[in-house]
Amino acid sequence: MTEDVPVKVNGLNHWFGKGEARKQALFDVNLKVAGGSLTVLVGPSGSGKTTLLTLAGCLRDVQHGSIRLLGQELNGAHSDLQRALRRRLGFIFQAHNLHGSLTALQNVLMGLQVHGRSDPVLQAKAARHILTLLGLGDRMDYLPDNLSGGQKQRVAVARALVGNPDIVFADEPTAALDRESGATVVQMLKRLGQVRGTTTVMVTHDNRILELADRIVTLEDGRIVNDTAP
Amino acid sequence: MSLLLQALFGRLPIGWLQLTHNRTRFAAALAGVAFANVLVFVQLGIMNSMATATLKPYGFFQADIMISASDANSMTEGSNVARQWMYQAMADPDVVAGTGLFVATVTWQRTDKALGLTTYGIDPTQPIFLSPEMATRAATLQLPNSGILDRFTRGLPRDETAAIRPQSPLSFEANNITLTLYDTFAGGGGFGGDGFMMVSDQTFLQQFPARSSGAPDHILLQVAAGADPDVVAARLRDLVSDKSLRIRSYAQAAAEDLSYQQTKRPTGIIFGFGVVIGVLVGIVIVYQVLSTDVADHLSEYATFKAIGYGQGFFLSVVFEQALVLGMLGFVPGLAVASLLLWAMASATTLPLAMTAGMAVTVFIGTVVACSLSGAIATRRLVAADPADLF
Ligand SMILES: Nc1ncnc2c1ncn2[C@@H]1O[C@H](COP(=O)(O)OP(=O)(O)OP(=O)(O)O)[C@@H](O)[C@H]1O
Ligand SMILES: [Mg+2]
Repeated sequence: MTEDVPVKVNGLNHWFGKGEARKQALFDVNLKVAGGSLTVLVGPSGSGKTTLLTLAGCLRDVQHGSIRLLGQELNGAHSDLQRALRRRLGFIFQAHNLHGSLTALQNVLMGLQVHGRSDPVLQAKAARHILTLLGLGDRMDYLPDNLSGGQKQRVAVARALVGNPDIVFADEPTAALDRESGATVVQMLKRLGQVRGTTTVMVTHDNRILELADRIVTLEDGRIVNDTAP
Repeated sequence: MSLLLQALFGRLPIGWLQLTHNRTRFAAALAGVAFANVLVFVQLGIMNSMATATLKPYGFFQADIMISASDANSMTEGSNVARQWMYQAMADPDVVAGTGLFVATVTWQRTDKALGLTTYGIDPTQPIFLSPEMATRAATLQLPNSGILDRFTRGLPRDETAAIRPQSPLSFEANNITLTLYDTFAGGGGFGGDGFMMVSDQTFLQQFPARSSGAPDHILLQVAAGADPDVVAARLRDLVSDKSLRIRSYAQAAAEDLSYQQTKRPTGIIFGFGVVIGVLVGIVIVYQVLSTDVADHLSEYATFKAIGYGQGFFLSVVFEQALVLGMLGFVPGLAVASLLLWAMASATTLPLAMTAGMAVTVFIGTVVACSLSGAIATRRLVAADPADLF
């Protein structure tokens, strides 16, 4: 099921640190993301892009303001609700965050097994399929240590997408990728949006992606300063 | 192993893969768990050996009720009991037989050293009060100044004790009287003396002229078939005029002796303390191993949490690791500890041995300690936002 507005941010403020060191990272952020769209967050370093992405992606507790994710309020959400929501999301992090003791295939399987027990043969088939699509057909049984940075990043992409998420949150997913695989990843995300209605929110500096975006939101010093649809 | 765990947990065996990823670290972790196991096993072995040694002499006799003086906490301790209480007790219709039991230490001065033999004097014409092993050898005790000797007596060469037979007896001098040993039985080193000796009450009184036949150390009674020794003992406590006497079923006397040795005597307390220390050190080692592993994988766990895995998943990973460490660390731990206990037993003749009960207890304890340690180590994950752990 696709929501019309899967991500709705209202009057969001966020602080880091305590006491003297307390510092505000987001100021009254308001944002509505349309279902099936590719939204890109841009802005200088330290402007709060990652903070906004992790808050919207249910990876950080909301302190002040409201975020409705897939129709559910995140402010004050119980951990059971957080867990249920996270299973409907796909994350691609700046750092690839693969499990070092698991092979590429096993890492991708972890993205499937979170949905509970099901036929291991089908699971393995789905995981192999997506790894092959991402050009890793011959690297399935490699441990992350034996993969290049770009290959690891593609495994992380496969892990995020294998469970058919409703929303994909990506933090500079193409930073470690060469031109060609970067384009493959973005095109995959774009096509998922068109075919399955998957919504993507992505932080990037990559100009090639900006061309494909449905919408570009610019953050500066924790505030949205520009919001355009190219 | 990997496939077994996969089937067991219905998911990838993350814990196993994580543990075996770094072979050296895994070997060190297993060595740690094995060491913790050895520590606990040896302490338990010593503790158990004291129990075995304490209960050993109770196995030489057969009785349903034992009457002892108020200060007699064990077989070898305390004042005498007047024989008249035995006759009073035998007035009870359910008491069918009674006999006196004498205990003292006979010193066998050998050329190289003095052996302390815990010596029991008993009426050899009433073999129903003796264990089957003793009863078959009781006949020779009727000869004056004869005895049968614990063939596991500490400090005696085994071939020397093996040579003691009715047709080739061995004599030695004690208390200026020549004692002749006609046979041996399986005793086995205790913490009190070097070994045991069984003699007739008459021989005993020859050895210890100050003692009187009217005042044995304990009185043993047998009750009629079908009578409950505890019930009869309770009745005797009312019947016998001396209210300070300890009148207990034989089983209860043994149990109270053991609990006295373990909780009131310094040795027992020290051994018990050794077990506690062993368990504590074991828990610290196991906790160290597992909490380090969890800490090393915190960012990977955080990723799993971000994907939607809950606390139950992390607990199951930690439990899987606990099982792996518990099982694989247990095997070498058991082997080394058995060897150590065997070596210690040979050196001391104490009944130190690995028992199935010890093995099961320690195994379950290890898995529980591993699981709890891991569960505590994953607590940091519960409260934290995944984004803060990457
Ligand atoms: N865990 C944290 N603890 C304290 N301060 C933080 C934390 N994470 C971010 N900040 C601060 O919050 C502000 C926004 O950081 P954020 O990571 O969201 O920026 P960003 O736009 O993602 O930057 P970049 O492009 O460098 O990744 C920065 O001033 C940063 O120093
Ligand atoms: Mg960032």
